[in-house]
Amino acid sequence: MVSGIDIVLQGVLLGGLYGLFAAGLSLIFGVMRLVNLAHGDLIVLAAFVILALVNGLGLPLPLAVVVAAVAMFVVGYVLQYVVLNRTLGRDILPPLLLTFGLSIFIQNGLLEAFTADSRRLSAGDLETASIALGGGLAVGVVPLMTFATAVAVIVALNQVFYRTAMGRAFRAVSDDPVTAQLMGIDNRRLFALAMGIAMVVATIAALFLGVRANFDPSIGPARLIFAFEAVIIGGLGSLWGTLAGGIVLGVAQTVGASISPEWQLLAGHLAFLAVLLVRPRGFFPRAID
Amino acid sequence: MRDPVTAATAPHFRIEVRTRLSTAAAVAGLCVVAALVALPWYAPRTALKDMFFVLTLIGLAQCWNLLAGYAGILSIGQQAYVGAGAYVLFALSIFLDLDPLLSIPLAGALAALLAIPTAKIIFRLNGAYLAVGTWVVAEVFRLVCAQIKSLGGGTGTSLPTDVTSGAASVRFLAETMGVRAPVARDILAYWLALTFAVGIVAACYVVLRSRQGLALAAIRDNEAASESIGIDRARTKFWVYCLASLGAGLIGALVFFQTARISPAAAYSVTDFTAYVLFVVVIGGVGTIEGPIVGALVLYLLRDQLASLGAWYLMLLGLLAVAAMLFFPRGLWGSLAERFDIHLFSTRRRLVMPRAEPSEDLQPLPHMIQEEH
Repeated sequence: MVSGIDIVLQGVLLGGLYGLFAAGLSLIFGVMRLVNLAHGDLIVLAAFVILALVNGLGLPLPLAVVVAAVAMFVVGYVLQYVVLNRTLGRDILPPLLLTFGLSIFIQNGLLEAFTADSRRLSAGDLETASIALGGGLAVGVVPLMTFATAVAVIVALNQVFYRTAMGRAFRAVSDDPVTAQLMGIDNRRLFALAMGIAMVVATIAALFLGVRANFDPSIGPARLIFAFEAVIIGGLGSLWGTLAGGIVLGVAQTVGASISPEWQLLAGHLAFLAVLLVRPRGFFPRAID
Repeated sequence: MRDPVTAATAPHFRIEVRTRLSTAAAVAGLCVVAALVALPWYAPRTALKDMFFVLTLIGLAQCWNLLAGYAGILSIGQQAYVGAGAYVLFALSIFLDLDPLLSIPLAGALAALLAIPTAKIIFRLNGAYLAVGTWVVAEVFRLVCAQIKSLGGGTGTSLPTDVTSGAASVRFLAETMGVRAPVARDILAYWLALTFAVGIVAACYVVLRSRQGLALAAIRDNEAASESIGIDRARTKFWVYCLASLGAGLIGALVFFQTARISPAAAYSVTDFTAYVLFVVVIGGVGTIEGPIVGALVLYLLRDQLASLGAWYLMLLGLLAVAAMLFFPRGLWGSLAERFDIHLFSTRRRLVMPRAEPSEDLQPLPHMIQEEH
């Protein structure tokens, strides 16, 4: 019984990480209907940027994350403004193929720069610290922080979306880009801002990715798949739904892993396909796409 | 193939599909195929292996082009059927001891059967989300295959020599051609690759010339409008998906018959069976039959020259694909075809109006003649 609760609890906390992976993807899709196939690789890129700042420049981890977030914001802004904006349109083939090409480029670029070795971000004693909940249950501090951060990120994004002028512009462009332009909104700049913000979220995700487990240049696509599954399970267009989707995926994976380690990934994918069968639009759909 | 309605109202216009250029291209194409069939008699073994790579790539790229270029199904998970075909081939060869000539087509067919239930699930997604959905399916296939202990689990297994070099068809080939068994196996694999590649190109051509091809072109041009003129979009997409999966399954079985060694990571490789294929179609030109052929040749040349660069080579491919999407979204062949109006495979229907009689045009009108008097 206790072990059952433990498995679900760990799964929920793992879902926080997947929610973080997915929040950026969900944001971009919500604003400009772009599915960024390089999202996972951009998260891994952010993790390597943090690593390089810590190891290369000797920055303390929190400062390195802030610097990396600023750098990734610029990367996202420029990428969207210079490259991706040119491909947005009715046809979804060009942006999809372009981001797939970008994914291959980033993966192999990282491989060339950092080799295929597994790396890890060091958070000192925090990594192994845990809080006892009584009854033999304990949760790690890092997983707990991951989950809390995921909630905080989603609260913050929702505040931006519903309380600021920029958020209003985001929603307007999302609903009707042509009319939004007539109202004086510069779509290109706005899309670039959205991508920049998504990359900041990706950097936060990268921090927890790197502290919780090993990473290497090849793991991006798998993170993209988890993020994507969380978005679909949760329902398009809802950030809280995305977190819920991450939790469903996380629980399915830990339950699968408790049966056999080989079943962890398979159980997650099967849960995704099962949701697709019974609720093709996810649990909390908002957008109609 | 003239239907009664046009026949009744006939001589106002006719629909022309064949052009003089396409006829010439067909003759040239037949010559090239004949030369390729005879390749084992005059080319070294390495040439056969290179051509094997190009031909399997053309087959895969053509299937993907049919999916993405015509039916609007953006799959980045066709490696699912490559891997499934390969694993079924290994199962049939190892457990049932079937001859490759029988087991390769059978493996392709069984892989295509898997596409039926898969399509039912993933077609609930649209557009770009469908793309990642197909990828998830490929991951599921890979993870399931890694669970099959009798086929080597996660580390994989090899084909026993009695179904490769020792197979009846291979031994027959070795005896009639007077070569060693491993060479005969390469020749057999090469001929099968040629058969599949030509077969897939021909199948795409036939499909595009048919009524169904018109439906596909209509879907490609405008999905909503195509439905309003009575095209069953879902059904068309479904059978195209099954057809493309059959192609991928056949090629997958053949590729792993040739390498004779399988593992989940190799059989479901995103790089080998999706990244390369996407690159080939993008560089060559989406939505043309010639494009994937041109693209495959380009990739072969790049690989031949640059593969030793490792990660740099793949970075270059990624960058080229990005640049192509930005500056030549129609690809090499697509841009050429548009610029010079060249179409080697005549899949377009042109409306030809009867040319007005020259004498009528040039003769002055009667009243004008009268005025001159």
